[in-house]
Amino acid sequence: MTGAVATAETMTSRHRDPHRLGHGHADARPTPGHGTGGPASKRIIVGFGFWIFLLSDIVMFAAFFAAYAVLAANTAGGPKAAELFDLRNAAAETACLLVSSFTCGLASIAARARNTTWFYAAMSTTFALGAAFLGLEAREFAGLIERGAGPTRSAFLSSFFTLVGCHGLHVTAGLLWLLTMMAQVFAKGFRDDVLRRMLCFSLFWHALDIVWVAVFTVVYLMGAQG
Amino acid sequence: MNADRRGGTVIDGRVVAPDAHAGDTAPGDERRTEDDIATGVRGYLVGLVLATVLTVASFTVAGSQIVWGPALPVALIVLAIAQMGVHLVFFLHITTAPDNTNNALALAFGVLIVLLLIGGSLWIMANLNHNMMPVGEIMKMQR
Repeated sequence: MTGAVATAETMTSRHRDPHRLGHGHADARPTPGHGTGGPASKRIIVGFGFWIFLLSDIVMFAAFFAAYAVLAANTAGGPKAAELFDLRNAAAETACLLVSSFTCGLASIAARARNTTWFYAAMSTTFALGAAFLGLEAREFAGLIERGAGPTRSAFLSSFFTLVGCHGLHVTAGLLWLLTMMAQVFAKGFRDDVLRRMLCFSLFWHALDIVWVAVFTVVYLMGAQG
Repeated sequence: MNADRRGGTVIDGRVVAPDAHAGDTAPGDERRTEDDIATGVRGYLVGLVLATVLTVASFTVAGSQIVWGPALPVALIVLAIAQMGVHLVFFLHITTAPDNTNNALALAFGVLIVLLLIGGSLWIMANLNHNMMPVGEIMKMQR
């Protein structure tokens, strides 16, 4: 009777995992990236899954970049990029995001060290810098629309507002997530699941900065060349 | 099976795959001991300085005559790719170490798709533009 149960159990586990992947021998040296040495920790799996999401998000941005690059010259007789963009504004936005990426890194170090004061200080600074970035971007958009260079003016401006606006929406979502992380640390402390979410948030924030590097290069700096 | 404090998993009283000794590393995590705060901060500082230098270089090159005009887009793209590399290494901690193989391979695939998407779009649309009849000619033919 017990033998039959044991056989059935072995059968099901073999069925699920026929080659015994992820179940290395006790004496086997864990070989990185080959599934031996036992299952990866939840932190690694969550981080990897979120990394895959970020890459797919970057692929979506790549589509918007391709659209912008194709349409940048189609101004329909309207204003060109060189006449519209203020490089000093773009530089200020870049500085905000870059420093916020740094303070976000400090916040994740503080979270791993379970230091509440530094965590709140670094997260608040990150929020202030992100909000300053959004403020500068909103002012720029309002100025463009006021001058009659809104998204309906030409294909160039439609693709510009789509690309830069999509990045701005991501930053807005990131700021909401940042506040959520502060509230969760306040309410739940540095629990393992909160720390995993913090890992994902910092990945998200750093990825947004990478996308912004492409934005200020392709849209603002190359656009200013006329 | 339960989780130990460092995020590793305990099986049969044996800690399997704790973060510092695991076979793999989560993206964003550094392979270091948890209490080594100074090393972590130094890493982010180096990243910030390098990224600032590259950003300032980009804006300077674009706003001056240092680089020969037609070569400017190439110079800007090279600086941008360098800065993205700095961000990936110092902020996202993606490395080429064996524990990062999965992360680096996913990144490589992402880069492939991005290059195909942008390069392919530009190539095809430039080709179409080149072969397109001017609007005036089309009007004449329709008459």
